[in-house]
Order: sequence, then structure tokens, then C-alpha cells
Amino acid sequence: MYRYDSFDQQLVDDRVAQFRGQTERFLAGQLPDDEFRSLRLRNGLYVQRFAPMLRVSIPYGLISSRQMRMLGHIARKYDKNYGHFTTRQNIQYNWPKLETVPDILADLASVQMHAIQTSGNCIRNITTDHLAGVAADELVDPRPYCEITRQWATFHPEFNWLPRKFKIAFCASETDRAATRLHDIGVFIVRNEQGELGYSIYAGGGLGRTPIVAPKIRDFLPEMDLLSYLEAILRVYNRLGRRDNIYKARIKILVKETGPAKFTELVEAEWAKIRDGELKLTRADFDRIAAHFDAHPYVAGSDADTSFDAAVAADSAFAAFVKRNVKGHRVPGYKAVFVSLKAPGVAPGDITAEQMELVAQLADDYSFSEIRSTHDQNLVLAEVRQQDVYAVWKALRAQGLATPNIGLLTDLICCPGLDFCSLANAGSIGVSDEITDAFESMDDLYDIGEMKIKMSGCMNGCGHHTVGHIGILGVDKKGEEWYQVTLGGSAENDATLGDRTGPSFDRAHIVQAVERIIEVYLDQRSSEDETFLQTYRRVGMTPFKTRLYADEAVAA
Amino acid sequence: MTHLIRDQQLVEHDFPLLADDAAPPASGKLIVSLERWRKDAAELRGPGLEVGVRIPNTVNVEDIWAEISDRPLINLEFPGFADGRAYSQARVLRDRYGYRGEVRASGGAVVRDQLHSMARCGINGFELRADQDPQVCLKAFEDFGLAYQPAADGALTVLRRRAS
Repeated sequence: MYRYDSFDQQLVDDRVAQFRGQTERFLAGQLPDDEFRSLRLRNGLYVQRFAPMLRVSIPYGLISSRQMRMLGHIARKYDKNYGHFTTRQNIQYNWPKLETVPDILADLASVQMHAIQTSGNCIRNITTDHLAGVAADELVDPRPYCEITRQWATFHPEFNWLPRKFKIAFCASETDRAATRLHDIGVFIVRNEQGELGYSIYAGGGLGRTPIVAPKIRDFLPEMDLLSYLEAILRVYNRLGRRDNIYKARIKILVKETGPAKFTELVEAEWAKIRDGELKLTRADFDRIAAHFDAHPYVAGSDADTSFDAAVAADSAFAAFVKRNVKGHRVPGYKAVFVSLKAPGVAPGDITAEQMELVAQLADDYSFSEIRSTHDQNLVLAEVRQQDVYAVWKALRAQGLATPNIGLLTDLICCPGLDFCSLANAGSIGVSDEITDAFESMDDLYDIGEMKIKMSGCMNGCGHHTVGHIGILGVDKKGEEWYQVTLGGSAENDATLGDRTGPSFDRAHIVQAVERIIEVYLDQRSSEDETFLQTYRRVGMTPFKTRLYADEAVAA
Repeated sequence: MTHLIRDQQLVEHDFPLLADDAAPPASGKLIVSLERWRKDAAELRGPGLEVGVRIPNTVNVEDIWAEISDRPLINLEFPGFADGRAYSQARVLRDRYGYRGEVRASGGAVVRDQLHSMARCGINGFELRADQDPQVCLKAFEDFGLAYQPAADGALTVLRRRAS
């Protein structure tokens, strides 16, 4: 666990005071609505008429047991007793009151947490492999690199008002578990032919309506030049990124329109002027950051244990759990145990305060008091001795946290905060993330309000798509994924099954279809108070259908 | 009524913007657009005049530095709350060229909640948006006492503080 020093703490405390002041000025009518919106987004706070939401940062997915207990406390005190882990390794609360958010941030600060830059057009949470530090296929532990980058990015005065949000991911392992090339910047920690440590840099990746796998812009960057190179990329982007169209504002569009070769030239020219400046890192800088992380006193000879194998042989339910939810560890005799937040009937990623406390206790008892969050919305106790896995499993199972489904179809990816269920696993991450992205973009702009998008990956409809305000059903057509769309469903007191819009959409057009539906709603709603469902019931299917099928080629 | 903050003090307004089609006064301080400067630099360099230049936030400072390097004031545009391009211009002026004159921010984003970042990027003159309370704005410079990253204000970074 990275432990704050007095400097880290002071900065977070100053931020709480700053946001408290902003909130007070807003409530006193001294800060315009749209400006407060931009400021609160930079503290993770979305305010919608029906669904306020606070997104708390979990840098590179690492949480201490003490922090987890605080997350449980916040869920109890300020929310409805639960939180929701997101695909960005963060946690969200869906019911905080605006007036209490400064207090929540103060509580978070007391355990070295914050909500800084979890939204808004700035540099967002730095992410990496959820098995960082324990994976056997890892070159080095990427987390000190993530942390040094997090510090550079935090309150960066030049890059707080970028054209669009900016996400950086690190990968230091052979298998990329962090979707690194789908980020605005993807940093791969590598060794060059001389055996020196450094980075391969990719820029301009992302999902959304123009999914792009980031091209490589630098083959090898020396280890000490990380921050100056990132600064050069960001400066080029801040200057040249498009600001005329929110859908073209991500760096991926700049890289694409400029051409990766020309873009690289611009970055290199800028970097040449700053590479030997104050951002140059030293070995001592890295060592000091690394020293903030707790060292783990692994017990030698833990692999001598025979009880683990015996339990697997004796208990088929445990064996199923081990098969799916337990992964190897670089230290012999240790295991990484996945805590499933995908129990049947529970929205993916949701976790109650009691469950948080249990996980915290298990971390204290068995896993060096650390927990990780994963980008597919589960948790990991990554440092468990194999002799303890059985006890961990039994405790998890008692609280509904041991569903043996990691990586299976029921390990669903869910759209954060949207009650957006159920579109399958790895193969569907893209669709879900893209819709999240599209929705977030529009929500930033319009405060869409209550809209439940529900998605099912198959006819079983675990995602309850038929009662989604917008329902999406994945269907297989000759080996290709297509998506049927329904509108107007509801699972509330006014339960209704949605109506099909017409022919289904292919993978390349489903996200656009959702965007068009939202656009029609925004056009048609009588006021900001009219919800999507009310609008649909008033105007009917026709305007949606007209817009959705405006160009024939998209659907079949 | 807009207020002017310079070097963290509320000061009398100076360097008014001269409209592109207006004749310059015989003497005094004023700001002209980059376009006007390019057209009338010879005249505007006349004795008795102190002329600053306002540059669009879309230009690359490197492309125009030679034309404006001797000016007493460079005026950057922050037209909207979310448009942060001039932050990078400010840093290039200060960090790359060591510009010592006044770097003044004007426009809709020159508000209390952006002053701290602007100051870190090397801006020292703030033409506050009309609705801003200057006393409230002066407190912005105290928002943070520490900085993680180097910028144009010369603040000792946390990384360097740890090293010392």
C-alpha cells in the first residue's frame, strides 16, 4: 500500500477545503451552475435530478483494509448502505447529497483517499494490472511508476482544462491485463536490448464511437524521462486537440487526423526542449516512492502446505471456486483470491457495507491488509497463503461473495451507476465500455437524468433488457453479434415491457444507435423534468424509429 | 466593472485594450491585438507608448515569439471556462523563453477557481471577469501550499522537498 506522507496529506486536505468553499459559494448562488458542474466533476461528483453520484478514486485499484472500512462507513452514513465498483477500478456512490459531499471527502481524506480528477476533462485515475506485484509474468512492479505519474497528474495546473478526459494505463507484464492500448496513453514498461529499463509509449487509443487501438509513438523511452515525455504529449494535445466537437476531442482523433508519424514528430520536438528540465527523474525519486509502499513479509516455505490440495480434493464446491477464482502468485505457496461481485440477482459491482467490512477483515487476517479492485468489477485478495484459501472461501461464501464465475458469462460487466446490466464477459467489454463512454459524454453535457439502460448478452435476459428504459439484447446471427433494441420498458411500479425499435444493429452501429435514442429524447423532451420514459410514452416510437433508421445500411 | 490583480495585489486598471480600428493615443500604456501589432508595430514603438500584445489562444507561441519578445506585457485569452489552451502558452513564455514582462489573463475563465492554476503557469496579471469579487479572488492563491509538479511559478515540488 502506498502510504501518504505529510505532503500528500496536506494536498488532499487542501482540496477538501477548496471544494467545501466551492460548494458553499454554489449553494449561496455565487458560483454559476455550469462552472460548479465543471468543478464538482473534478471531484467526482455528478449531479443528476434522480441519480447523484460520487466517484471515489482508487489509484491503480489498490485499497487498504482501513480504507475499505471507511468506504463501508460512507455507504452506511451517506448512502443506501452500498457502493458500486466501476470498470475504472474506482468506487461510486449513487445517493450522496450535494451538501454532504465535502464531509464525505473529509472522511475519505482521513484514510488517504479522495475523489480528485475522477471525472472532467483532465487526467483521470491511473490504472494498471490488478495483479501488479504478484503476477509471475511481470518485469517490475508497475505501481511505483503509476504513483509517480499520479502525483505528477494531480492538480497539474496546465492540464486541468483539456479538450476531453485523459486516461493513462501502465502494463509491466507479458499478458496485458489493463487494456493498455485502449487508453489515451498506454505505457509498457520494458527492457531494451542493453537491458535498461524504460518504456514503450502508445498514444491515441480508446473506445467510444471511434474505437482505436493506440499506435506506438516511441519504441524506447529511458526510465528517468517518463514525466517529461508525458508532459510533452499532453502539451501537444492541449494545444491541438479539437475543442469544436466533443466526439472528436479525444487525443485518439488528434493522433488519427494528424497521423501517428507527424504526431510523434510534434511530441518529440516538444520533448527535446523539456527532457532535461525539472521533470527529469532520478533513481532516488523512484526509490523514495517505492519506499512508500509497504513491503510484504512473505512466509518462506508456504508451498509446503498440503491442506489446500486436500481441500480441493475433498470439497467439490471449493474446487469449483479454486478453478475459477484463484490464480497463481509469484511467491510459492501464495494465491490471488478473486472476490466475486457478480452474485446472481445483484447488480454487477455492487457491494454492501457489511460485505466491505468482511473483505477488510479477511485482508487483515490473510492478505497483508490490502485489497485490489479490478476493471471487471471484482475484488482481489492477492496475497493469501494457500493454507488460508479455504478459510477465506468459507467466509466469502457466507456473505455471497464467492460465486465461482470469474471470467464466465455471468461475470458481467455493468455500466457504472446506470443500472445497466449484463452484457457478458471479455468479448463484450468493448460494447459496454463504449456505451458507458457515450452515455457519460452526453450526460456531462445534458444531465440526462433517470435512464436505465439494461443489456443482456443472451436470451436468458439476466440483464432484464425487456424492462430497461432502453433495452439491448445481444443476438447471434451466423456467428456475428447483433443487438436488438427495445424502448420504454420499466421494472418499477409501472412495469412495462419495452417495444422493439425494428431491425437489429451490428457491432459497429449499436453505440451510435444508443446515442441517437438519447439525442431524440433530448430533442423531444418537454423540459428537463420530463424523464426518458415519460417522453417515450408521450411521443411514441415514431421519432425514435425515424432517427434510428435514417440510413438503411446500419441495420438488418 | 472589472478588476485587475497583479502579483497578488488588487491594482488600478492599466493597459486598456485598443480596438483594432482605433487610433493609438500619443502616449500611455495599451494593449493591441497581434494582428494590429503586426500591421503597425513601427508606429506603436513610438516614444511615450508602452504597448502589450494580445495573442489568440490558438497560436503556437514559438511561431510568434520573435515578434513579441520585447513587449512589456503579453495578454493571453481564456475565452471560456473549459478552454485551457492558454495555460500551455503561458508556460512556454515563462519556461522556454524566460519572458519577464507581465503575462495577463483575460476572458470568461478569469475567475476565482482558475487563478491558482494560472498563477502556477506563470500568469501574474488577472483581468477578472466582471462578476468576480476581487477580495474572494485574492484568496485563490492560498488554495494549495504545495505542488506535485514543476511549473512556471518555481515552486519546490513535493518530489524535491522529499529529497531535501
